[in-house]
Amino acid sequence: MLLGKILKGDHGGKVFLLILLAVMIAVPILNALSPDHPLYLSTYTVTLLGKYLTYALLAIAVDLVWGYLGILSLGHAAFFALGGYAMGMYLMRQIGDRGVYGNPVLPDFMVFLNWPKLPWFWYGFDHFWFAALMVLLVPGLLAFVFGWLAFRSRVTGVYLSIITQALTYALMLAFFRNEMGFGGNNGLTDFKDILGFSLQSDGTRIALFIASGLALGFGYLACRALVKSRLGRVAVAIRDTEDRVRFIGYRVEHLKLAVFTFSAMLAGLAGALYVPQVGIINPGEFAPLNSIEVVIWVAMGGRATLYGAVLGAISVNYAKTWFTGAFPETWLFALGSLFVLVTLLLPRGIVGLWRRREGE
Amino acid sequence: MMLRLLVTLLMLCLSSASLAAEIETGDATLDGAFEQLLDRDFEVKAQGITALAASDNPKTDALLRGILEGGLRYLTDNKRLVWVQTHADGDHAIDALSGEDYGVYTSRKFKKFALNNAMRGQIRTLLAAEELSNPDPSVRLNAVKSMLDTVQLSDAEQFSKLLEKETDPAVRKAFGSAIALAQLNTEDPKQRHTAIAALSGQLEPTVRNALNRLAQSDPDEGVRVDAATALAEIEEKVHFYGYIETLFFGLSAGSVLVLAAIGLAITFGVMGVINMAHGELIMLGAYTTYLMQQLMPEMAGLSILLSIPTAFIVSGLVGIAIERGIIHFLYGRPLETLLATFGVSLILQQLVRTVISPQNVPVSNPDFMSGLWQINPVLSLTYNRLYIFAFCLLVFAGLFFVLKFTRLGLQVRAVSQNRAMARAMGVRSARVDALTFGLGAGIAGIAGVALSQLTNVGPNLGQAYIVDSFMVVVFGGVGNLWGTLIGGLGLGIANKLMEPWTGAVLAKILVLVFIILFIQKRPRGLFPQKGRAAEG
Repeated sequence: MLLGKILKGDHGGKVFLLILLAVMIAVPILNALSPDHPLYLSTYTVTLLGKYLTYALLAIAVDLVWGYLGILSLGHAAFFALGGYAMGMYLMRQIGDRGVYGNPVLPDFMVFLNWPKLPWFWYGFDHFWFAALMVLLVPGLLAFVFGWLAFRSRVTGVYLSIITQALTYALMLAFFRNEMGFGGNNGLTDFKDILGFSLQSDGTRIALFIASGLALGFGYLACRALVKSRLGRVAVAIRDTEDRVRFIGYRVEHLKLAVFTFSAMLAGLAGALYVPQVGIINPGEFAPLNSIEVVIWVAMGGRATLYGAVLGAISVNYAKTWFTGAFPETWLFALGSLFVLVTLLLPRGIVGLWRRREGE
Repeated sequence: MMLRLLVTLLMLCLSSASLAAEIETGDATLDGAFEQLLDRDFEVKAQGITALAASDNPKTDALLRGILEGGLRYLTDNKRLVWVQTHADGDHAIDALSGEDYGVYTSRKFKKFALNNAMRGQIRTLLAAEELSNPDPSVRLNAVKSMLDTVQLSDAEQFSKLLEKETDPAVRKAFGSAIALAQLNTEDPKQRHTAIAALSGQLEPTVRNALNRLAQSDPDEGVRVDAATALAEIEEKVHFYGYIETLFFGLSAGSVLVLAAIGLAITFGVMGVINMAHGELIMLGAYTTYLMQQLMPEMAGLSILLSIPTAFIVSGLVGIAIERGIIHFLYGRPLETLLATFGVSLILQQLVRTVISPQNVPVSNPDFMSGLWQINPVLSLTYNRLYIFAFCLLVFAGLFFVLKFTRLGLQVRAVSQNRAMARAMGVRSARVDALTFGLGAGIAGIAGVALSQLTNVGPNLGQAYIVDSFMVVVFGGVGNLWGTLIGGLGLGIANKLMEPWTGAVLAKILVLVFIILFIQKRPRGLFPQKGRAAEG
């Protein structure tokens, strides 16, 4: 079977997929219980979990390029946010004339800023299929163009990291401008429904959670299949010694470009699932800090394992939710120390600890 | 009810009209002038001012200035002109002519003189005419300049007389302009031609307005053409100075970039360490300035000067601690260094938020940094930007000297070129690493002192500069101080040149995109390192 072939020898992956499946079955059931039941899971928690799952998908995308290709991207949140904006634009169009100004054609912020008509790049976002296509195409295209320029001229290592950071920084500045037509500082928000279902209803929330779970599961399998393939092995070879692979005769640039673009599309998908669950997308998502946070999730979980990235994303974000609730002052201290301690003491992440014990 | 209101209003009107001779000074000319001044018709008031100026009372000037500035009042009960003087026990009324103190009055008892803008202009012109014969040349110069706006044909004769006696060249020139401006209004087109010729090349807005008026509506064709030519010449000059101003703004923005990046040029450029906490080291420098000012609030100038070494030491020590505690263990793993130092930057930011304040803190500018250097009527440079530009060059020169001519500099260069060989030659590389990093961090602290004079000082100060700093170093060429200087100044100028067309944010984005594309083309920057060291 295909599934067996992909997961062959991947114990961690099997465990992860089983847990994911169990959670995806258990969460809707626990949510359906009466609110008095001790095991009842509130819809708020379900949405929170759904959000973690989209983060986990983003972390997998980063792990694919960092762990297996050696590209430390400090701009992956840009692809995530672009996917989110594509989805947000669809959700904005679904509001129709239910906005504050009741304009049937223009979103509220455009009415507020006196835009005469809908800008051309908003055409087509009335249709879900178009938006879904853009969720993958826009981040993919950006990654393709950016990667083509960068890899062709052999920008590597920290230089690449810094220009990916400049990319997301430039996008953040651009999206903050009202003239861009994406809602400026406030971004896109006040969504009503998706595919005709109200975003406030429990059913839609559960459906979005399941969709995030499925995207994560299939995203994992796709990445796993990729890294197990010959292409994946060449990728690892590039990570370790790029020049030798080039001398053997591989077109290193093409391969890097393909994996980088795929990873960006995965990040875009994660962003698209993130936006309907949190209900807002704004230029803050492009902030360089966000991208670097993703990297620390992956480092914390363990690079080049894929499921480690999931583990890191969920545990760090759970800690963030807990810290910002209990001791909001200390979260940045905790996150900062995490960066330092993980790089100094846990170079292979949490998964590394467990693997070492397994090896002994 | 309505009726009563009307009656009251009527009575009020009557009473104000019937109050004749409210002021008695003892001088008949003055009394007459002040009576006109209190009239409700502004034309009569204007006559009153003229009459007052024409009186030969020695205190006329002071009185006029008092009316203009509002310090001169009169009292209703004894009808005297008085000065308001605030003492500890209240506002005293001092007789404007005799100097007698009438004691404390409430502010309602003092009556003010109502003025309109035309009258203010009139008084200013009258006062300026007095000042034209002041013994101090700078007073005379200011007086001429303040009169340029309102100069009349009838003034030309007076100016000519004054010009004959005038010895100071600057004042002579100003008189010349004033006479020419006045003669623009003569009947004789020839004289107007001469006046235009005399005014050519003068940048004062008044001259430009007057020429513009002539170019558009003079009855004589030749004068119109002449005026237009002279105007075009002047506009060209104004444009030229506009470019100089943009260039200066660009150099100023660039010097900020260079200051922020130059420490990084050491840690990243020479040592190859990615220090994401660099921005926070700048922030620490800025906060050191703030704390120094809190320690000695009276001496803003001294505290700034003392902040420079203090910030160097504070940031330098923090830098050495970072190097010894973290980076030291991560040599050869640049990506991990990046992550760890990013963690340090988060910790330092939160530390400042918790210990000092999450809000921006006020840092004041010392006197010598505030103010303008007025070069000509259209070009003025602010002192703080000038000083920071000079400071940037000074820091650059200092750093260059340290790296080129000191023992530490030699060792730093040796270690950065070939670590193993340097160690074999007896260089204690670990110590050199720590000191180099401390030097880069200390320079960041000094940059913070400079930045505190230009921008808001807050916990996010560093984040605003980190991306820019890396861009400057990478653009200029890693491992090359000159590259950082040229790159930073160049980017600053490019930014400011684009701003008029694109706006500040878009200009910044375009510069970033340009750098991203530039790195594709020349991955090693503007001035790449040559030789074997570049391959490491």
